[in-house]
Amino acid sequence: MTDSTRLWHYLTRYVDNFLLGGVLLLMLIGLLVLYSATDANLSRVSNQAINMLVALTIMWLVANIPLQHIMRLAVPLYMIGLMLLIGVALFGEIHNGARRWLNIGVTRIQPSELMKLAVPLMMAWYFDKHEVTLRLRDYAVATLLLLLPLFLILRQPDLGTTLLIASSGFYVLFLAGLSWRIIAGLLLAALGSLPVLWSMLHDYQRRRVMTLFDPTQDPLGAGYHTIQSTIAIGSGGVIGKGWQHGTQTHLDFLPEKSTDFIFAVFSEEFGLMGNILLLLLYLVVIGRGMVITANASTQFTRLIAGSITLTFFTYIFVNIGMVVGILPVVGVPLPLISYGGTSMVTMLLGFGILMSIQTHPKLVKT
Amino acid sequence: MSGTVELRNHGRELRHFQLRLAISAGFVLLLFGLLFARFFYLQVSQREHYHTLAEANRISISPIVPNRGLIFDRNGEVLAHNYSAYTLEIMPSKVANLEATINELAGVVEIAARDRKRFKKLMGESKQFESLPIRTRLSDVEVARFAANRYRFPGVEIKARLFRQYPKGEGASHVVGYISRINSQDLQQLEASGDSTNYRGSDYIGKIGVEQSYEKELHGITGFEEVETDAAGRAVRVLSRTPPISGNNLKLSLDAKLQEVAEQAFGERRGALVAIDPTSGDVLAFVSKPGFDPNLFVDGIDSENWDLLNNSIDRPLNNRALRGVYPPGSTFKPFMALAGLELKKRTPQYTISDAGFFSLPGSSHRYRDWKVGGHGSVDMHKSLVISCDTYYYGLANDLGIDKIFSFISQFGLGKLTGIDIEGEVSGLLPSQEWKMRRHKQKWYAGDTISVGIGQGYNLTTPLQLAFATAILASNGTAFRPHLVKQVTDSKTGAVRDVVTQPQYTLNFNPENMLRVHNALMDVTRPGGTAARAGAGAAYTFAGKTGTSQVIGMKQGEKYVESKVNERHRDHALFIAYAPAEKPKIALAVLVENGGHGGAAAAPIARLVFDYHLLGKLPAGAAAVTADDEEGAHD
Repeated sequence: MTDSTRLWHYLTRYVDNFLLGGVLLLMLIGLLVLYSATDANLSRVSNQAINMLVALTIMWLVANIPLQHIMRLAVPLYMIGLMLLIGVALFGEIHNGARRWLNIGVTRIQPSELMKLAVPLMMAWYFDKHEVTLRLRDYAVATLLLLLPLFLILRQPDLGTTLLIASSGFYVLFLAGLSWRIIAGLLLAALGSLPVLWSMLHDYQRRRVMTLFDPTQDPLGAGYHTIQSTIAIGSGGVIGKGWQHGTQTHLDFLPEKSTDFIFAVFSEEFGLMGNILLLLLYLVVIGRGMVITANASTQFTRLIAGSITLTFFTYIFVNIGMVVGILPVVGVPLPLISYGGTSMVTMLLGFGILMSIQTHPKLVKT
Repeated sequence: MSGTVELRNHGRELRHFQLRLAISAGFVLLLFGLLFARFFYLQVSQREHYHTLAEANRISISPIVPNRGLIFDRNGEVLAHNYSAYTLEIMPSKVANLEATINELAGVVEIAARDRKRFKKLMGESKQFESLPIRTRLSDVEVARFAANRYRFPGVEIKARLFRQYPKGEGASHVVGYISRINSQDLQQLEASGDSTNYRGSDYIGKIGVEQSYEKELHGITGFEEVETDAAGRAVRVLSRTPPISGNNLKLSLDAKLQEVAEQAFGERRGALVAIDPTSGDVLAFVSKPGFDPNLFVDGIDSENWDLLNNSIDRPLNNRALRGVYPPGSTFKPFMALAGLELKKRTPQYTISDAGFFSLPGSSHRYRDWKVGGHGSVDMHKSLVISCDTYYYGLANDLGIDKIFSFISQFGLGKLTGIDIEGEVSGLLPSQEWKMRRHKQKWYAGDTISVGIGQGYNLTTPLQLAFATAILASNGTAFRPHLVKQVTDSKTGAVRDVVTQPQYTLNFNPENMLRVHNALMDVTRPGGTAARAGAGAAYTFAGKTGTSQVIGMKQGEKYVESKVNERHRDHALFIAYAPAEKPKIALAVLVENGGHGGAAAAPIARLVFDYHLLGKLPAGAAAVTADDEEGAHD
């Protein structure tokens, strides 16, 4: 082996090429759409490219860490995250009416972002520890591990993150074999607690939910986003208006067009064909994630891989569902495409874990 | 170990997990299928609908306001024109604190107290979402200064607009009128008449005068631009354009120079003058004094100036020529004389012996002549020259009110003349039917007597008197009086005359007409009541003086001008035409509280005639004074 091939081998040893390929293709689409959405603003596009490079590096680093080490991090990460969330509730900084940030001297951090991975890691760790003697009590403890941070994040308030962490936790519970009876019970309990949840929501959150049922009620307020995005998508038709030719996009009718509503830009310019292609690409990534999950050898790796994969799907569904007007407007970005570094890093951290699970020698329990 | 019972079957666990994973995969596919169904619905089934919405979002139709037609006098002198200037406009709905914004603006461009007042007034009258001018006619320096500070003033913009200007100021203000901002009342009218589309983008509309009555001609047809706009409403590019069609130009029948001569002849006095070309109905001069500066109204008048105009005792906004009603007094007599001759109640030779009063048979009430002791022996000719009242008391009695009414109304008194500006009033030519309707009383023989000398219930506008005089001057040919002579189509350049045909023609015995003309010519000659005004005229000058009472005099009481409050003095009247044989101009002059027609009103007519017929400008263009009373009673 020559030095260069050795280096190459060293670099790609723990990388899952299949997953990486899907991620890179989606990122490429993301940059193209962003270029159009920002009206050819190269500085924002290169910013995003840097975000991607940083996220890819982190993914690579994580992929190189054996799972045992990651598993060891689960409890401390969760504890730190929880502590920080309490810190936010007590001393957090308020921006745009939400208390989400904590100033730790050097920089501001958003602990809820950390919890997106820390919660499923912790739950998977817990189930792994009690794998042999799994009882109902263990599901209850795991549920508590989920509800504690959820409650704190919902109060910030951050509906989108709450939803994502709730689903990532639920996926762990579900894959850990929570009985259908309890799932049905939980669903009923969730339905029953809707009025309570409703009363906890802020006015703007309620408006968002209400306008889902009739966006025309408030065409310039909460309904504006949905009305304009459905117009953009619908007018895109089958083949779209062409890259950089979306009128809704370029005449500024679309709100938040480079972040949460970037799918409307894509859909207006590339039409139904583009949408199908994008969904297929996402399916490839999700499918690969499922294959990795199915091949995982331990309870911990299975649960965490499944949760990461399904949460990735949840991002996609909630974001697109909101943009096409079948879900309320919640702040969830379109993975790998929406502008922004934080969610990109979280996402690829997860993919790094998936790669690590896939590429490190499987530990088969005997 | 006993604990092994708790141990689970690892293989079963794994199968269990894989089942759950498969269910998850199904769940993912199901929800992606749902998204696909939604895409299909939006992008295939409803594509047309959303396409239409996107286009409606993107394309806005913006109006292009046409240039308003210009107004010229009969010789091409400009009376109303447009100029473009920059205005500083505020969109009140987009400004949070108006007061603070204006104060801040005042640091950038000059904003006077007057501008603030006017802006407040406009705010009260305007539609919502309208942009209103805080300053008009910005200088280039001010435009540059604001442009540099623009970022500080959201909702404030500089706009290039066309402004209306009336270069003559007060001159002919009652004729030309003015345009002003469209108010909610105008808007309702436009909507009712279906013209509101054509006024999209228009801010101004004619309010009075020719500007109002010829609004349809002057406004033009609004053009449209299909513009692609962004979400903020800013135009990105023009997709298509239908150019506007400018309003039509108006050529008035008015002679601006003659108008100026007439206006100056009034000096500071209040009154009205209407001069008509009897051969065409062209209104050559149309004066109502005092006037006002129509330019004040264009940008929206400020409350100070408005109060000044509106509350003035002289009522400058009142168009006296059109809407002022006055008893015609002795100017009524020529028409009565003609009625007497035409209806064969009098012969030219018929003579009365005037003792200074007239009494109805069996009544002791005396209808007094203005001259105590009377004029002695008076025939028709003399009755007009010296303006004998007694002669007309008798004639009125002999004619009776029905004949007077039907004969005189042929001259347009008591009716609208149909002049082409709005707001005309019909005055009053009394009749039995009118009195019954109005006062629920029958007509008494005594009512007729004072009608004979133009008093009693008689009320005419100066315009009506001028119209009647023009008919008399032209021996019975009535042209509808009109201020606008021609309309020039802005697109084709075609010229259209407003009035071409006489409205009607009256057939009088030429001999009778001649007798009246001759008598009226003698009025301006030595011995006549307007002898001084007629002295030295280089043309034949027919006229009739008149005085109309402002306050009634009791039986036996004498009117002494110097003892009467200025505002209660008689109005001076004069009707005239010249040259008498072939009249080119006929007019009526009224000087409010001017006293005697011969002294106060006739000299104004003389100046107007001198200019119109001879091109002679009054010496020093000074006003005629009313202090000269010699031989000038009627």
